[in-house]
Amino acid sequence: MIPIDYYIWLSAILFSIGVLGVLYRRNAIIVVMCVELMLNAVNVLMVAFSNYLNDPAGQVFVFFIMAVAAAEVAVGLAILMIMFRNNRTTDINVLNRLKW
Amino acid sequence: MTLNAFYFLSFLTVLSALLVVFSKNPVYSALYLVITLASLTGHYILLNSQFLAFVNLIVYAGAIMVLFLFVIMFLNLNTDTEPHKSTILKFTATICAGLLLIVLIASLKGAEQMAKQSGPNRDMGSVKNLGKVLFTDFLLPFEIASVLLLVAMIGSVMLGKPDEPLIKKPK
Repeated sequence: MIPIDYYIWLSAILFSIGVLGVLYRRNAIIVVMCVELMLNAVNVLMVAFSNYLNDPAGQVFVFFIMAVAAAEVAVGLAILMIMFRNNRTTDINVLNRLKW
Repeated sequence: MTLNAFYFLSFLTVLSALLVVFSKNPVYSALYLVITLASLTGHYILLNSQFLAFVNLIVYAGAIMVLFLFVIMFLNLNTDTEPHKSTILKFTATICAGLLLIVLIASLKGAEQMAKQSGPNRDMGSVKNLGKVLFTDFLLPFEIASVLLLVAMIGSVMLGKPDEPLIKKPK
């Protein structure tokens, strides 16, 4: 049996890589991919704890997270397509006029 | 044996996740993300949750990644059009992510104590068991999720339309 600490470390590392990607890259598609990485990091931790605590609720929540992620990707990529159509680029720095 | 499989899958997951962030070409990023998700499927199988393993493989590595690759190829993104941040911003991003990693590991340090209460159950993640829970305790969230998917579908169709006025003016 694998100790649960290992899953906690794996999940923390994956989540940090996702945050690193969101801060590091300027291409909006890769930013969305890194958000997916963060969601998956949480999923791993939920499945691990649900198994070790013998509680199926955690796995059901992972199922709902997957449904929300699918919806998020569909809407996010549609917004990206509009952004590309208006600006001819997917650089997120072009969107700085949303600041005000 | 199981521990070795865990080490191998974790190495693959972290390496390909890093390559998602650091590869120059968006198409390669998407393909490395497929590898990450496939190795996470391996993790789910190691944790005895067959249902989630296959849903993860089909929904994430299948459907969502096809959507990503489709958009990348539709927008014709490649290395030449890729914008880059300045070195100081990249350095700051790396420092911030490293600090977050330290904070996460430190704050989750005591969490392994509460997981030692009960032993693992072999068929907890089976389709039968999860289906029973999903359709009894979580029936309302399950139905709301279907409404969410419908709203997302209608919303992306609305957003994807060209910028013409929806109602034509009478001449």
